[in-house]
Amino acid sequence: MRRPKMRRHGWGTVGLAGALLTAGCAHTGSARSETTGVAGPLTVLAAASLTESFGTLGREFEAAHPGVRVTLSFGASTTLAAQITQGAPADVFAPAAPEPMETVRKAGEIAGDTRTFARNVLAIAVPPGNPGHVTGVADLARPGLRLALCAPQVPCGAAADTVLRAAGVAAHPVTLAKDVKLVLSLVKLGEVDAGLVYRTDVRSAAGTVVGVDIPDATVAVNDYPIGVVSHAPNPVAARAFVDLVLSRTGRTVLRDAGFILP
Amino acid sequence: MRSEIAYSTRDPLEVALRVRRGSFELAAELTVPAGEVLVVVGPNGAGKTTMLRALAGLDRLLAGTVRIGPTILEDVVAGRRVPPERRPVGYVFQDYRLFPHLTALDNVAFGLRVRGQQRAAARAAAAGWLDRVGLAGYAGRKPDTLSGGQAQRVALARALATEPALLLLDEPLAALDVGTRAALRGELRRLVAAYDGRCLVVTHDPLDAMVLADRIAVLETGRVVQVGSPVEVARHPRTGYVAGLVGLNLYRGVGEGGAVRLDGGGELAVGRPTPGPAFVAFPPTAVALYRVLPEGSPRNRWPTTVVDLEPVAGTIRVRLAGPPDVLAEVTPAAVADLGLAPGVAVWASVKAVEITVYPA
Amino acid sequence: MTRVGSDPGHRTATPAALWLPASVGVAFLVLPLAALLARAPWRTLPAHLAGPVVRTALRLSLVSATAATAVSLLLGVPLAWVLARSSFRGKRLLRALVTVPLVLPPVVGGVALLLAFGRRGVIGRLLDSWFGVSLPFSTAAVVLAEAFVAMPFLVIAVEGALHGVDRRYEEAAVVLGASRWEVFRRVTLPLMAPGVAAGAMLCWARALGEFGATITFAGSYPGRTETVPIAAYLALESDVDGAVALSLVLLAVSVLVLVGLRGRWVSGAIG
Repeated sequence: MRRPKMRRHGWGTVGLAGALLTAGCAHTGSARSETTGVAGPLTVLAAASLTESFGTLGREFEAAHPGVRVTLSFGASTTLAAQITQGAPADVFAPAAPEPMETVRKAGEIAGDTRTFARNVLAIAVPPGNPGHVTGVADLARPGLRLALCAPQVPCGAAADTVLRAAGVAAHPVTLAKDVKLVLSLVKLGEVDAGLVYRTDVRSAAGTVVGVDIPDATVAVNDYPIGVVSHAPNPVAARAFVDLVLSRTGRTVLRDAGFILP
Repeated sequence: MRSEIAYSTRDPLEVALRVRRGSFELAAELTVPAGEVLVVVGPNGAGKTTMLRALAGLDRLLAGTVRIGPTILEDVVAGRRVPPERRPVGYVFQDYRLFPHLTALDNVAFGLRVRGQQRAAARAAAAGWLDRVGLAGYAGRKPDTLSGGQAQRVALARALATEPALLLLDEPLAALDVGTRAALRGELRRLVAAYDGRCLVVTHDPLDAMVLADRIAVLETGRVVQVGSPVEVARHPRTGYVAGLVGLNLYRGVGEGGAVRLDGGGELAVGRPTPGPAFVAFPPTAVALYRVLPEGSPRNRWPTTVVDLEPVAGTIRVRLAGPPDVLAEVTPAAVADLGLAPGVAVWASVKAVEITVYPA
Repeated sequence: MTRVGSDPGHRTATPAALWLPASVGVAFLVLPLAALLARAPWRTLPAHLAGPVVRTALRLSLVSATAATAVSLLLGVPLAWVLARSSFRGKRLLRALVTVPLVLPPVVGGVALLLAFGRRGVIGRLLDSWFGVSLPFSTAAVVLAEAFVAMPFLVIAVEGALHGVDRRYEEAAVVLGASRWEVFRRVTLPLMAPGVAAGAMLCWARALGEFGATITFAGSYPGRTETVPIAAYLALESDVDGAVALSLVLLAVSVLVLVGLRGRWVSGAIG
């Protein structure tokens, strides 16, 4: 995989000290070019489900602005929100739901407006060959079917709850995972017959899992807001990055990843 | 499961072995009849402990056999070897090795327990052995609360409790302080003398050897250089080492007040009153010879006649007839001054402070 | 002769140069815990603790950590014996391999367990087809995951204790007629008992706090696989007070047990 100057971080468990250190390092020796305006290090904190699409956009951004070095940090939206309110250096914030954005805005850490740039809906992921013969939400209630859901405390779990309740399905999951990526992993490994994940997850894992669309998925829609952090060390580049996400290029990349566009 | 080792109570231990440890090689032939105490004496590094370990089966033989009568413990050529845990051997290690987590009683009962005896029976037998070594009141004590002498006796009781056919004692008194040694030497002699199996003691201390031995084997650099009764070995030392080692004046007698009346005639004043049967010992170098009766201090002086003279490593050994008979060691110049020759009458004297006395 | 060497009369004075870093070290380790205490929702704490979530998770945590310690003892003590006492080619490699879970990220450990014992795992597939047994997402899986991560602590502690056992005592036992097993049972094991106990404590504490391997291999479901650390992590997403309350429970239990047993066992092994 080609990896330019950009660095990516996937936070597992909460590592605030690590986040501070790494983010701090990204700023040492920064040489901002005053002529182009868009230069220097740029730190983007984004929801884990944006890993693939923002990865692509990060490379595009660096290509368009040779003086910029993009650091992408992906994680659970609530965790990222906590990092920002605790003072972690960040320029752009893009969580997977409005609530974490609200938390950050209430803390006075968002400069100006936020924009909803993408929407995500749930889909059923099954292992190749679909051993559980899952064709729709109704099958998820079948006894003996091993189902993985997100825990109700995290956004994908809440969404799963909504979808299942709307369909009148009483599911008995074998596990309530801590995040959607773990659900996806369990499906990939064949340890479960089905899992409720985001449609973008199914798209990104194409080949290792098979997606089964949910017709009524839109009962639970996740809005993805994006905003510039008020204490952003590099506000100029931050605004330019937000513009890229909202641009035609950005929309194409997001649509390809499986997002619904507003 | 445990195959019994059959041996007659009268069969001797017969050993012909070669053992190699690094570049050191021990080659020895020994026979120990039942009821006999053989003391293997020799300098450090002579191979004494190596021999005991080989007999116990802790180290393998390079060649040779170890047997008790017809019962083979190890035979290299025949490829037979009884593992150490199945040998009828009691071993008192130099450092005793009492199990620190067990009481004195359970230490002694250990051999019986691992032979499958019930706890109660094993403990009863162990209590008997503790009583025999004079430690009946110490059954519940952990080893770290015992004195050196007590630990030594617990170790001996532990070795004897399994009623072994062969008892091995490695420097049994070396770890004790001087006072305790003197007291325990006689006690140990009593205990090993009462043991009716074959007993092998190794020591570097000539006094221990003389006191404990029925026979002595002298080991030097991995070879047995002399075997014989203590008297024989003392009379006819075959090497300088043996001479220096066993050329010791040793008497048995009965203590009365500050003196010991010797069984062979004569009386010696001793520094420490030791009532009852006692041993008296002093080195030949402690003996002074005079042509005329010396004036003043030495209390122990008696007329003797020179039996023979023998040069030993730069000095002259003078054998004198008493009573008591005595061995003296003097310089060649003194021999000339005194005109010493067989048949010459001289006075012998020994200072009381040079004399070691201990209960028999 | 004996290895006991506690000598209270002999104490070296601590060099002044060590006091400062030592104090910083203490502050570094203790301050976060103090912060947790300061942040604790004391007023609502009783309500949090009385809730079924805490009680269910705590019971599961205690049971599974204890079971994992039992499994570790059963397998780890013999393994430590082999590592300490036998000699064979590749022993160093084996030691490195069995202690890998110490450095492996626990989540990766969990994936590895899935690949081995999962429904499609190398061994799990056989378990499934022969016995119809499926380990993942069960309490047994919690125990397995905890043992996987915690057993190396026990193995290392016990191996150390075995190296400390004076082999001369074992030789004395052999000469007294003890078979290999009797030597182990009556001499080696009692002599290394303090080390085993210390290792078991360490193992238990590690198992109690295990998170990554458990959530990956065993998943999380209240009452079945949701241990206190997992419940705390999930609570962190929505209810920070609840997470802190759960963490306090874990903290209190482990401090109680470690303080209570440390004096009796660990210091005995060291002193």
